[in-house]
Amino acid sequence: MAILTFENVGLAYGGVSVAHDVSFRVNAGEFWGIIGENGSGKTTLMKALLGLIPCASGRIVMGEGLKPNEIGYLPQQSAIQKDFPASVEEVVLSGTIGYRGWKPFYGRRERAIADGNMEKLGLLPLKKDSFQELSGGQQQRVLLARALCATKKCLVLDEPTTGLDPVVTAEFYRMVREINKNGMTVIMVSHDVEEAVKCCSHILHLSCHPLFIGTTAEYKNSPVGRKYLQENAL
Amino acid sequence: MTDVISIFQNIPGIAIRAIVVGSLVSLCASLLGVTLVLKRYSMIGDGLSHVGFGALAIASVLQIGNASMAISLPIVMAAAFILMVLNEKRRMQGDAAIAVLSTGAIAIGTLLYRLSDGQYSQDVCNSLFGTSSINLLLESDMWIAIGVSVVVLTAFILFYTRIFSVTFDQTFAKATGVHVGVYSMMLAGLTAVTVVIGMKMIGAIMISGLIIFPALSAMRVTKRFKSVMITSAVLSLVCFAFGFFLSLVIGAQPGPAIIAVHVACFLICSLIGWLKTRKRARMSRSIIVEPECVDKMK
Repeated sequence: MAILTFENVGLAYGGVSVAHDVSFRVNAGEFWGIIGENGSGKTTLMKALLGLIPCASGRIVMGEGLKPNEIGYLPQQSAIQKDFPASVEEVVLSGTIGYRGWKPFYGRRERAIADGNMEKLGLLPLKKDSFQELSGGQQQRVLLARALCATKKCLVLDEPTTGLDPVVTAEFYRMVREINKNGMTVIMVSHDVEEAVKCCSHILHLSCHPLFIGTTAEYKNSPVGRKYLQENAL
Repeated sequence: MTDVISIFQNIPGIAIRAIVVGSLVSLCASLLGVTLVLKRYSMIGDGLSHVGFGALAIASVLQIGNASMAISLPIVMAAAFILMVLNEKRRMQGDAAIAVLSTGAIAIGTLLYRLSDGQYSQDVCNSLFGTSSINLLLESDMWIAIGVSVVVLTAFILFYTRIFSVTFDQTFAKATGVHVGVYSMMLAGLTAVTVVIGMKMIGAIMISGLIIFPALSAMRVTKRFKSVMITSAVLSLVCFAFGFFLSLVIGAQPGPAIIAVHVACFLICSLIGWLKTRKRARMSRSIIVEPECVDKMK
């Protein structure tokens, strides 16, 4: 059964339609890349998936026991306050908020989850460090750990490597692939076609409506895929 | 010095009242200030206090000076909610909305004071720069301050983790199922109440200082959310104590004295923060230039 099913989803931003007729199914454990140019509706689609905005038409159905507030979300770097006074631990712990109920403080279970994810991403030595004093790559890893705290099943990444240098970018993708191999469904919104083709198992190429939906191998041989990959290579 | 002691001996009830109101307002303002400053809402406190000035003017025209809070509280609350909604919906730029509300309220307030036959200049002075004499604080003010601070403290303890989440990353908080709008409105409401109570003692012009200074000072010296919260609260209480004492010693209004102490505190904290950063920069420099790196460079 699919973990996510998009049924004829149409999206609008400020009353203007930005995407229509988006239908596809995401199975558990797949790594989807949603690619397209600026204004292609990919960010709006992601917002609808996160429940931040309603679908103008159609619907997004969640399966396999996935709940709307149990999607781990990694926002764009620019959306985060770089000078925020918080420790790494405080940021990562805030990912557990969705399923914690009304307890006022973090309990042993939440701390164990946060510690586990910090360990997975090599953040334990930085646990007590200040978030604002970390490098861009480290901050991104902290936010990834926070996203992992919020979910066991599905991770949504929004332009995750914008502003990171090539070495850090490669390291970041390595980590995400590792997480994906362990069974996590990953949906990544990106304008970096080349990177998406490298690490995703499936591609949705969006330009207000889907230009391509399918596996990455098929995408590479499709007219759309060939055109875009060639343009990017030039 | 003997003067000060005699002040306390002659009117202990009133002095205690002022200390209770001042400390509680300082505490609430410092906690709210951390989130307001970090959410870039610093000017909301300022805008609200000016609306409060206008509201006091209405109370003065209606000649219900003693129950002025019954008028100013709902007006300032309404203004707070309007500002929050404008900010969320982005119908108007938030800072422009605040400027419009605050200058408008000052203009209307001043006109209203002129129209009322009360002691125009004394009333205006009191509401702008804070009460000239702590005698003007009523017992009801103290009870309201106690009630409000119980609400603010309870809210911060119960919702601490959610307040952190909403302040740090509103979108992520929303995606994990936190009702962001409810928390923004709660912050706006609590800020409005704190401003209205604090305004009487500190004055409409300076009450936002009570919200912003402790948070800014705390952020200079500490870099974790929980410690910023605690430091902010402690600094606010200490500055209030010093400022209030100073005002008694030099016979000045408490408002300006308290804010002046906050300014001094901010400067000291900035200096400490600067020294800390310099020390860290020097340490990281010495870590980078390790011997083997130098060898490789050769």
